Amino acid sequence: MRWPITIEPRMAHSPVLALLPPLIAVSVTLVASALILASLGVPPGRALYFLYVAPFSTTFNTAEVFLKMAPLLLLAQALAIGFRARVWNIGAEGQLILGAIGGSLLPILFNDSTNPLMLPAMVMIGGLFGMAWSAIAAGLRAKFNANEILVTLMLNSIALQLLYYLVSGPLRDPFGFNFPQSAPFPLAATLPILVEGTRVNASIFFALLVTVGAWLLMERSFLGFKLRVGGAAPDAAHYAGFGDRRAIWISLLIGGAAAGIAGTFEVAGPLGQLQRVVSPGYGFAAIIVAFLGGLNAWGILAASFFMAVVYVGGDIAQTSAGVPYSVNTVLQGLLLVSYIAARVVTDYRLRWLPAMREA
Amino acid sequence: METLTFLLSGTLIAGTPLLIAALGALVTEKTGVLNLSIEGLMAVGAIAAFITVTHGGGYWSGLLAGGIAAMALSAIFGFVVLVTLGNQVATGLAIGILGIGLSGLIGRPYDSATVAPMAKMPVPFLADLPVIGPGLFSHVPLIYLAPLMALATWWVLKSTKLGLRLRAVGEDPDAANSIGIKVRRVRFFAVLYGGFCAGVAGGFISIVSATLWADGLIAGRGWIVVALVVFGTWRAGRIALGAYLFGLATLSGLLVQTTGVDIPSQLLSSVPYIVTIIAITVLSMQPARVRLNAPVSLGQVYHQTR
Repeated sequence: MRWPITIEPRMAHSPVLALLPPLIAVSVTLVASALILASLGVPPGRALYFLYVAPFSTTFNTAEVFLKMAPLLLLAQALAIGFRARVWNIGAEGQLILGAIGGSLLPILFNDSTNPLMLPAMVMIGGLFGMAWSAIAAGLRAKFNANEILVTLMLNSIALQLLYYLVSGPLRDPFGFNFPQSAPFPLAATLPILVEGTRVNASIFFALLVTVGAWLLMERSFLGFKLRVGGAAPDAAHYAGFGDRRAIWISLLIGGAAAGIAGTFEVAGPLGQLQRVVSPGYGFAAIIVAFLGGLNAWGILAASFFMAVVYVGGDIAQTSAGVPYSVNTVLQGLLLVSYIAARVVTDYRLRWLPAMREA
Repeated sequence: METLTFLLSGTLIAGTPLLIAALGALVTEKTGVLNLSIEGLMAVGAIAAFITVTHGGGYWSGLLAGGIAAMALSAIFGFVVLVTLGNQVATGLAIGILGIGLSGLIGRPYDSATVAPMAKMPVPFLADLPVIGPGLFSHVPLIYLAPLMALATWWVLKSTKLGLRLRAVGEDPDAANSIGIKVRRVRFFAVLYGGFCAGVAGGFISIVSATLWADGLIAGRGWIVVALVVFGTWRAGRIALGAYLFGLATLSGLLVQTTGVDIPSQLLSSVPYIVTIIAITVLSMQPARVRLNAPVSLGQVYHQTR
C-alpha cells in the first residue's frame, strides 16, 4: 500500500507563502509558552501577559526589548551571510566573549581616561578579537578542511574558560574585594543612553546599519551573489571559479567581527565592566533568529525583535512569577524546530499521485 | 601505583558514556543522518534517569528511562528531518537547544540533589589483581558492556544483512530505494537508536559517574561525542580508542594538580576542547581516509522521488 500523495520541491517561491513558516513557528511558541507556564502553576492568561505584553508595559521594559534586540540583530545578520554560503559558524558566543575581553582592555588599562576616542578604539579592538577567534576556525577549515561546526563549538568552551581566568586574575578589579569582575568602566568607555531612565543605547542604531549593509551585500553585490551561489550550488560555483576558501574566510571573519563588536557593546553598555557572564546565550539565540528570518536581512530584523521580546518576557516571568530561566531555552528550541518543520510548506508542495494500481 | 589505578579507573568512567553515545551516533550517521542534538539528548537522558532513581526506581530502570526519554526527543528530530525534510544541521541544533532547556526545566526541583552510587560488580579473580584489578575490573556492569557494544556494533555494521542495509542507505539512498529498502524507515530507526544510546550515556553521567543533577551537567560532552565519530572515521574500533583517550584527557587536569605545578584551573578545563580541535584537524589533514569511511550522503536531505 503506497501513499496516494507525494511531495516535490517547489520551483517558484511566493512571497506570501514565505511568511507562513515564521507565523506558524511564532504561533506554536505562543501556545507552547502558555502551556509550559500553566504546567508551572501560572494561569495561561497571566503567562501570556508576562511574556508578550509586559515587555511593552513600561518605557523601561520597551527599552529593554531594543537593548536585547541589538546584539541579536547584529549577530544574526552576520551569521546569515555565512549560513547562506553554507559555512556553519556556531561559535558566535565564543567570538562575542573574545570581543568583550578585547573591548575591555583599554578601559581597564586607562581607567580614568576621558578621551572621546576611547569608545571607537574599544569597538575596533573588540571586533579584531572576535575576528581573531573566528580566524582559528576559518584557517583550520580552509587549510585542513577541519569541520567548522565542531571547531567553533569547542572554541566557545575555551573562550568561556579564558574569560573566567582573566576576570579572576589578570583583569580583576584590584579594589573589587576579589569579586571575579573588572573595574567599572569610565564614562568615556560607555555607550550613550538613548532614553533617560532606561538602558537602551546606541548599539541598536549600529545593528540597524549592519542590517542595511547585509542586505546590500547579499542582494546587491557581486560578492554576495558569489556567496549565495557557493551555498546553493557548490559545483556550479566551483565551475565558475568562485573558490569556497574565500567564502569560508569571509563568512567567518564577518561573523567574528560582528560578534566581537556585539561583545564590546555588552561590556560598554548594560554591563559597564567585564564579568563572568557577558551574554545570556545571544550567540546561540542569534542562530535561531537567522533561520527564523529566512536568512534574509529584513526577515531577520523582524525575527530579532520577536526573540528580544521572548528574552525580556522571560526575564519578567522569572522575576514576577518565579518561572525558571530554562523556559526561555525551551521556547527558543521550539521556535526553531517548528520553523524548520513548517518550512516544508514553502519548499515543497503536495501532489496527488495518479492512480497506479498494479503498475 | 595508586596513580595508575586512578588513571585506569577514571579513564573508563569518563570514557564509557562518550563511547556509548558515540556508537549510537555512528549507527545514525552510517545511514546518512547527521544528528547534532546529542548534547540535548544526553541532558534529557540524564535528568530522566536521575528522576527515576531518586523516586526509588532501580539503576537499570533509570538508564532505560534515560534512553527512552532521549529516544522520544530524537523522534521529533527524525520527523523534522525525514518527513518535513528539514536541514539536518539546523534541526540538530534546534533539538539540542530544546533538550537542554527541557532538562533544565524538568530538573529544577532536583538541582544539586544527589543519588547513592550504583553498586559495583567486581569481576571474579581479575578484580583481585594488583593495580589493574581495582583499575579495570571493579566497576559497574555498564563499563564492561561498553567495549562489547563496540565489538557488536563493528560486527553488525560489517558482517550482517542489517549492517549492509544501514550502510546502503547512507552510501546511496536512491540505489537502496531502488532495491526495495525503505530508506526513510531505516533512517528513522537509526535516529531512534542513536537517541536511545545518547540517553543511556546521559543517564550514566547523572546516576553512575556524577551521582548528582545540576543544570548543564553534560557540559559539552555531547559535542565531543559528535567529534569522536569524525575522529574515529566512522569505525567502531577507532571510536572506542578515541573515547577512552578523551576520557584520559579529562583526567589530565586532576593529574597535573597532584604534581603541584601551578597551572590555572581554567586552562586544565579547556584541555578536552583543545584536544578535540587538534584531533579533528590532524584527522582532516588526511582527506583520503575521511572520504574512504564517511557515509556519502551524510547530512543531505533525501527526497524520495518514486
